[in-house]
Amino acid sequence: MSALMHHPSEDTLLAYAAGTLDEPSSVLVATHLSLCPKCRALAKTAEAVGGELMEALAPVADVKVSVGDLLQLIDAKTELRSDIRVEGAANSNQADTLLPQPLRTYVPGGVDSLKWRWMGPGVRYARILDDGQGARVGLMRIASGTRMPHHGHADEEFTMVLAGGYTDAFGSYRRGDVETADTGTLHQPVADDDGDCMCLVVTRGALKPTGLFAKLLQPLMPL
Amino acid sequence: MSKTGPLERKMDQPAEDMSALVLAVAQRQDRAAFGSLFQHYAPRVKSYLIRHGADSTQAEEIVQETMLSLWRKAAMFDPTKASAGTWIFTIARNLRIDAIRKNRRPEFDAEDPAFVPDPEQAPDDSLQAGQVRLQVRNALKDLPEEQALVVRLSFFEDKPHGEIA
Repeated sequence: MSALMHHPSEDTLLAYAAGTLDEPSSVLVATHLSLCPKCRALAKTAEAVGGELMEALAPVADVKVSVGDLLQLIDAKTELRSDIRVEGAANSNQADTLLPQPLRTYVPGGVDSLKWRWMGPGVRYARILDDGQGARVGLMRIASGTRMPHHGHADEEFTMVLAGGYTDAFGSYRRGDVETADTGTLHQPVADDDGDCMCLVVTRGALKPTGLFAKLLQPLMPL
Repeated sequence: MSKTGPLERKMDQPAEDMSALVLAVAQRQDRAAFGSLFQHYAPRVKSYLIRHGADSTQAEEIVQETMLSLWRKAAMFDPTKASAGTWIFTIARNLRIDAIRKNRRPEFDAEDPAFVPDPEQAPDDSLQAGQVRLQVRNALKDLPEEQALVVRLSFFEDKPHGEIA
């Protein structure tokens, strides 16, 4: 695969490294990192910043637990809460390379097991995560050559291509490429005509259709 | 327990010492090395957690879990890839997200068949952890105070970057 053209912003990578990015956006960033060595290197550097900042923190004086307590726990082979955390990866389909691992843990049965909803001609959508605070992750499947309704965005939202590709006024997007949209972004993506396009989308609030027909359809297509 | 023993290190002391201590834990379950790591990192990890809004009890629990993970996972530590401080930061960060935010932080998996590996490069082309640490530290030092504050806040406060700036 040739180098990717479109990446998440440095701020987004920094927030991911800091562990302050919400889960829906982290799903997209981790999926992108699986496919993008360049951003992996940036994220690693950002973690080194975190390490340095933690080194520089004024240590608190009142740590109550002692080394002796810990060594006792170690000798007693106490189970950690993190030891028993269920790894979703264990039973997912390893042969499916369409979905990189971070995403596959949310779609253990593969994309065919999802409930795909009809959104409009040539467009289907399946939700895979709702964080309960307005942010959602879903997959969108757009038939080859389909022209999406012209629309804007309510907040910072991300799209990452998993298969096929699409083109809008800002560029052409292929597997691994990320487009960041915010309130100022208006666009009309058109799926490339070399096969169906599948995208990972992170949304906050409804898309804002800018065309009359799309406005009419909006109540029918809440993501 | 003494908090300011001879093992208390300042930020500008060589990071290699800390890495060597983690390796001693990995290779021979060195309890004294673990003790030194605890003295240095436990108060800093607790400080980090409190800045993220943990109460004292919660912070103590996560400090404990972080240090136990350090012991357990020491064999996974690779000093060419990260400094000890960075590695421990990532452990504490993940445990914090688990415990305080109660959600997940998905990570890439280098064993994933879909994973796109780093392009081949000459060994001295890739920056070693020590060089990265030096660069990062110098970059932080050279930042104007206002920007340094934004970077610190973005690591220590659960707010989107845009709202801080």
